[in-house]
Amino acid sequence: MREEIIYSMKAPYREDFRIKGYSFGKGMKSACILGPIRGNEIQQMYICSQLVKALRELERNGCIINNKEIMVVPCINYYSMNVGRKFWPVDNTDINRVFPGSDYESTSSRIADGLLKTIRDYSYGIQFASFYLNGEFVPHVRMMETGYQNTSLANLFGLPYVVVRKPQPIDKKTLNYNWQNEMTAAFSVYTNSNDHIDEKSAKQAVAAVLRFLTRMGLIKYESHSGYISHIIKEEELSNIATTKSGIFKRFIETGEEIRYGQELGCVIDPCLGDVREVIVADTEGIVFFSHTEPLVNEGDVVYRLIHRLHE
Amino acid sequence: MIETVAKTALYVNENLLIRRNRIQPEEGCEDRGRICVVTGAHGDELEGQFVCYELIRRINAEKEKLRGTVDIYPALNPLGMDTGVRTVPVLDTDFNHMFPGSEDGTMMEKVISKIVDSLKGAEVIVDVHASDTFVKEIPQARISEEFEDMMVPYARQLDVDLIWINAATAVHESSLAYSMCKLGVPALILEMGLGNRINREYGEQVVEGILHLMHKLSLWEGSDYPVKEPRIIRNEDICFIRASESGFFMPLIENDTHVTKGTLLGEMINPMLGEKIYEVRAECAGRLFTLREHPLAYEGALIGRILKDEKEKTS
Repeated sequence: MREEIIYSMKAPYREDFRIKGYSFGKGMKSACILGPIRGNEIQQMYICSQLVKALRELERNGCIINNKEIMVVPCINYYSMNVGRKFWPVDNTDINRVFPGSDYESTSSRIADGLLKTIRDYSYGIQFASFYLNGEFVPHVRMMETGYQNTSLANLFGLPYVVVRKPQPIDKKTLNYNWQNEMTAAFSVYTNSNDHIDEKSAKQAVAAVLRFLTRMGLIKYESHSGYISHIIKEEELSNIATTKSGIFKRFIETGEEIRYGQELGCVIDPCLGDVREVIVADTEGIVFFSHTEPLVNEGDVVYRLIHRLHE
Repeated sequence: MIETVAKTALYVNENLLIRRNRIQPEEGCEDRGRICVVTGAHGDELEGQFVCYELIRRINAEKEKLRGTVDIYPALNPLGMDTGVRTVPVLDTDFNHMFPGSEDGTMMEKVISKIVDSLKGAEVIVDVHASDTFVKEIPQARISEEFEDMMVPYARQLDVDLIWINAATAVHESSLAYSMCKLGVPALILEMGLGNRINREYGEQVVEGILHLMHKLSLWEGSDYPVKEPRIIRNEDICFIRASESGFFMPLIENDTHVTKGTLLGEMINPMLGEKIYEVRAECAGRLFTLREHPLAYEGALIGRILKDEKEKTS
């Protein structure tokens, strides 16, 4: 394993900002795995740390294929993480909204540019990312429909689902979108949680990445073959939203199969304690996303369902 | 008349209300069209508050001369404004990055979709912004290059000093202005001042510009004001000055000053060592139209912008 500083910047009162990368094997830049761009992505950092641990052992055992190089960047935005902020601490910009960045623009834009210049030569890019909605997902691989996306490759992670998202204007400044435009086969991998560690889905994510690296001929590793992924277009997910606000009680776990008319949760009056609304499934399918916060606004999306899919 | 454009229940005992003040011609007068003035998408930008107040005050003073509808939205992001933060609280998302919203999306996407619906049909939308808490700006219009032909004629009437075509960070694809233009409703951004502050002089300049624009659109027959001819600029006309090293910036010049190449703009200092890190000097001659107010500057932070002199531009 080689440790290198892939981007650095001086700070007035903090230790220099240094993004560290850990490389395994030497030769063709084959796969790059990235951890948190946002300061609340603790699960993502944990997964990357476990991948560094696994790859270190594989390298010791001579299991990195000749002339293949894999790099893991376990934490990009640790400056935010160390001060309990989600975005860049000085100006609150979201680094995942300034790609491709530039070396003559703002601080966050320079970080994005510096990072992308280092990682764009890799053939495969894997980012452990987070979604802007607070809640829990079924572990999946997510790709932007840029025209360069390859769902067959995404299938090789062996996770249950691959989601293809039609880019909205807001997506065009993300790392995933711009990484694909640099001709890297870029994937975002989502697990159940962000700001706390979910051991089960973390292990699933580590296994999925090692499976992918094996199937792409980068490492020698024996693993379970995983799932044949179900490909979903994001716009085909059914949103279930509340019509009342208050305290949210969830009856169903993410990943469960539900039937038409099934009660999925309820909204309770925060002062009187009465049930204001019972949330009922308007279709059958699998719960892909669920809201996990205890409070809801009127109109909040509390579940996203994969319509008419069965276990 | 105060109207509620969007309403949705928040967690506990409160509704999120997006409201506008609709001012219409007196009974019997012709209503020739509608202008919308929106502000407060970023909770730390307050310059638009004085613009709303002063515009309503001046229209009401000559109400009989109003010939169109004026819709004023003083707080698109009222929770951000109430808490003094730029983004939407809880979501921690930039409100002006969520347009055009979605009828079946998240709660805030639905709210935005209703705002968009309420703006449709306007002759023009003026979206008033106030820079951020880091740099101070002179009044300027910002327009997407894609809609330059549609929007420059409107911006010329607004008594701004500059019309900046394709200021990418302001008129990106998920902004209100871009989204409305895409829907065929002319919309532009007015940028001025500094976050968390109100500059009365800039506010009055902008209000008089809006009244002049209304005059040109035949929506207003009250007091009219002369407007200056703005300079139309693009990124290549601007010299961006960014921190080459991290430190604390101490300005030695006022914003909106003409500078020559080499003029001392300020110093970057290291308080720990009591040392000057470097002197910040103008890299070209022209009008300094943006200047940093927030002293802490990391490498890359914007220190200022100079609009190059015409002569400098061609040399």
